[in-house]
Amino acid sequence: MAVPANVETTFLFGRLTLDAIPKDPIVWATFVVVAIGGAALVWALTKYRLWGYLWHEWFTSVDHKKIGIMYMILGLIMFVRGFADAIMMRLQQALAFGGSEGYLNAHHYDQIFTAHGVIMIFFVAMPFVTGIMNYLVPLQIGARDVSFPFLNNFSFWMTAGGAIIVMASLFLGEFAQTGWLAFPPLSGLHKSPYVGVDYYIWGLQVAGVGTTLSGINLLVTILKMRAPGMTMMKMPIFTWTSFCTNILIVASFPVLTATLVLLTLDRYVGTNFFTNDLGGNPMMYINLIWIWGHPEVYILILPLFGVFSEVTSTFSGKRLFGYTSMVYATVCITVLSYLVWLHHFFTMGSGASVNSFFGITTMIISIPTGAKIFNWLFTMYQGRVRFELPMMWTIAFMLTFTVGGMTGVLLAVPPADFVLHNSLFLIAHFHNVIIGGVLFGSFAAINFWWPKAFGFQLNQFWGKVSFWFWVVGFWVAFMPLYVLGLMGVTRRMRVFDDPSLQIWFIIAGIGAVMIAIGIAAMFVQFGVSIWKRNENRDLTGDPWNGRTLEWATSSPPAHYNFAFTPVVHGLDAYADMKDAGAARGQGKYLPIHMPRYTGAGVILAGLSTVCGMALIWYVWWLAALSFIALVGYAIYHTFNYDRDYYVPAEEVRLTEEAHARQMAQGA
Amino acid sequence: MRNMPKMPTAIALASSFLFLGACKPVVLAPAGDIAERQKDLLIASTGLMLIIIIPVMALTVWFAWKYRASNRDATYDPNWDHSTKFELVIWSAPLLIIICLGALTWVGTHLLDPYRPLDRLSESQDIAEDHEPLKVEVVALDWKWLFIYPEQGIATVNELAVPINREVEFSLTASSVMNAFYIPAMAGMIYAMPGMETKLHGVFNNEGEYQGLASHYSGAGFSGMRFKAHATDEAGFEEWVQKARDGDTALTREEYLQLETPSENVPPRRYARVDPELFDRAVNMCVEENKMCMAEMMAIDDQGGLGREGMLNIQPVTDDKHARRGTKPVLGHTPFNVVSICNPAEAAAMFADLGTDEPVERRGREIMQSRALPIPTTLFQRLQDTTIRDARASGASEQKL
Repeated sequence: MAVPANVETTFLFGRLTLDAIPKDPIVWATFVVVAIGGAALVWALTKYRLWGYLWHEWFTSVDHKKIGIMYMILGLIMFVRGFADAIMMRLQQALAFGGSEGYLNAHHYDQIFTAHGVIMIFFVAMPFVTGIMNYLVPLQIGARDVSFPFLNNFSFWMTAGGAIIVMASLFLGEFAQTGWLAFPPLSGLHKSPYVGVDYYIWGLQVAGVGTTLSGINLLVTILKMRAPGMTMMKMPIFTWTSFCTNILIVASFPVLTATLVLLTLDRYVGTNFFTNDLGGNPMMYINLIWIWGHPEVYILILPLFGVFSEVTSTFSGKRLFGYTSMVYATVCITVLSYLVWLHHFFTMGSGASVNSFFGITTMIISIPTGAKIFNWLFTMYQGRVRFELPMMWTIAFMLTFTVGGMTGVLLAVPPADFVLHNSLFLIAHFHNVIIGGVLFGSFAAINFWWPKAFGFQLNQFWGKVSFWFWVVGFWVAFMPLYVLGLMGVTRRMRVFDDPSLQIWFIIAGIGAVMIAIGIAAMFVQFGVSIWKRNENRDLTGDPWNGRTLEWATSSPPAHYNFAFTPVVHGLDAYADMKDAGAARGQGKYLPIHMPRYTGAGVILAGLSTVCGMALIWYVWWLAALSFIALVGYAIYHTFNYDRDYYVPAEEVRLTEEAHARQMAQGA
Repeated sequence: MRNMPKMPTAIALASSFLFLGACKPVVLAPAGDIAERQKDLLIASTGLMLIIIIPVMALTVWFAWKYRASNRDATYDPNWDHSTKFELVIWSAPLLIIICLGALTWVGTHLLDPYRPLDRLSESQDIAEDHEPLKVEVVALDWKWLFIYPEQGIATVNELAVPINREVEFSLTASSVMNAFYIPAMAGMIYAMPGMETKLHGVFNNEGEYQGLASHYSGAGFSGMRFKAHATDEAGFEEWVQKARDGDTALTREEYLQLETPSENVPPRRYARVDPELFDRAVNMCVEENKMCMAEMMAIDDQGGLGREGMLNIQPVTDDKHARRGTKPVLGHTPFNVVSICNPAEAAAMFADLGTDEPVERRGREIMQSRALPIPTTLFQRLQDTTIRDARASGASEQKL
């Protein structure tokens, strides 16, 4: 589909016309599949009368555990979309040789690689990370929920709203054709006049509100809601890494928001912040976006470092080696992550001294990161390593991530970056760390905490199938890209004229197919495990001999988490309790103060999404209306005083006694 | 960098094995000294890091195997979680590597800075004291490369030829969106950015035909934005220049405005003559008639600007070169340009000393360089001295011509 030329703007529909519906058969086929799938889902939900259940138990829930699970589901759904983009790119690049144009035209292909990057970072990796933190942090610190439970629900729905906006671009209009960071002048009005970049901007702005608020929420939760006795240096390591991640979120996401606002002004009202003419400076955008973008990399990886620490320690049956140095390493990385952004554009020509400075700060980050790897090594040392799925993912991570780290440091050497920048070597590098770190970590986390969240174990066989296809597929898919990078092949190419490159793209394509099998096996694993859940029940609440407080609860935990607020005396609080033979909390149960569920988050995020869509299509009346409704409803919600309730002591007693019986049965 | 560590044999073997059967790992087997030294640095850094990466990977596998749960012979010490000795090693080993690598980086980055004139032609050839680099001006257009040879007075599209063993000094800019200029066999890449000028120095040591490309995504026609770089001996280069001169097309400002409209997969093209101001005007974004050059605008602003009268000194954008350049932002004003305030006679006088016969001496564009160096004092000196003062004195609106 080409961009409709000179779109007339009407009052009622803005620039939305029938031309906005893509004519591309691939998009049409996708639309048909999605429509059928969607209709089937709606039918099933209606038939089994699940709408009410979903609304009352999930959508309006302020329970951090349910919100965490919803984040994970959002991440998984978007992951399928992002991966579909990936495999389309691999197919295009494997085909487009010897005069062949491949099967995707430039307009379509350029949207695909943009959407792939945006979706994988903002709507897969971020929801995974936020979901894991949401689920675990309150449990690990012995809290009953986050500090601002309603805000948590609202944050989730804003993220989902952003995802909906980005997904809508597939069937209505177009997505940006700019690359995932939308550098101007290419993303400016003159070069991208249609809706693509506007989808990008408003999708990220809506989701960005969610991310920022959830960052504030978790930060306050960790600072203010730790169980008595849990000083900062007694926090579980995952909570520490979450703490640093949320500091990064709170400090860097406003930069993204502001940068996108400036780009919006350029596009909507004709300011010249990032234009070529009239004093604009597009390179300022590149600086600003990477001042957000580099910390973002650590926002993604730090919580997973925490996951790997917990997993290594648990499955080695041993205390984490060097907890203190682990904490300092995390804090070092947090601070240093703000001092390296320029390494993303050494080739802008900032001069040798500037480039050296940023190159060397980047290398310095590898010191605390290296220290972490050693700490995991020495945690295994003199341990009893159990090769359960989470541990397998962790070892795969350690082997994969070190290679990715090495190529990363290589790219931090400016003269080397001058020959490898923007090449497929770079692509291989960041997939090496993001897949090897963030995704492997998320899979380790899913396998590790699934029994906690749902009360039954995941199927081992399909888990292993998924693991091996993933790990081997990853290496097959990305090693050729390292080679191609050294052959001087640039990223984002649609067609190639050198036939000798083709074989490498075909190998990479085979790797992508193996990853696809790995993903399929993972869904089979979930399906089989749910199907046979009664055979794999976790009755104890502590299936892995865990060390931190979340394992002290039942699986799944009661909605109030802890009947008695735990008192913490040291690191590995639950392992200590087990060692000391501490009995489960006994005594007089008291009513528990809990937040009440509310639909306000869904409504506010829904209005924001509508407002975003209206702004994308220049439907001003709808934008104004939804914005007024948004502000109005937010004010109205502040008058809702029915926000909390007490779980009666009797209910707590019954729940806890049931759990005790269950434990006795499991023991 | 002259004494760059040679690549260890093991890595050489490993990499040659990796590329056995592979065709052109051009980054690892370049044809020019700069790329060669960049490659050396790349391999030396890899070697340095492998000192720590290989043991870590080996230890991971070894510990995981040795301390597997089923191996009851291995020591099990669940409470061992600290060792000052180990901690020292953990932090100091990476630190030492990074100190070495950091030193290598500092030196390498300065020696191989693309702005820095070459200090040698190759490992065996020093550079003459009085050498003259070949100057090539590069403009990234949508979606083709324009090369201007100011000394030869010719220009080409998507075709570059340079003599071997002679330093080449590229000055780069772009017409509409940002791009990156990259000849992997010769030297690393550098961005070409609209309204700015970057520099790249390089040299070819081996004759041949090499691939040149756009290495920063720039829109729909980006994949086809590649060119052949011919490295020939001096005679071959002269012959090539002569062939280009034999043509009868001239790259004037009008022709350039035609050329810069978006087009894809453009075959090589040559121009026998070229407007000597063209590159300066491209950098200053004033190839269009009557549009004020950026340097001029900055010089005026540096003097305090034209005040409110400056608001009158504009004209709507009418041309359509950037697809929708004339597009009005939905809630904004019609796009406008600032009109040049010097009349044709003044301009002619100003450029009188820039004859077309003599090699043009480049002056004062530092402001546009991406390094944000000081304000230019030369090119528009006359303007600063006279016009602005006059404009101030009598009100700019009357001065507008």
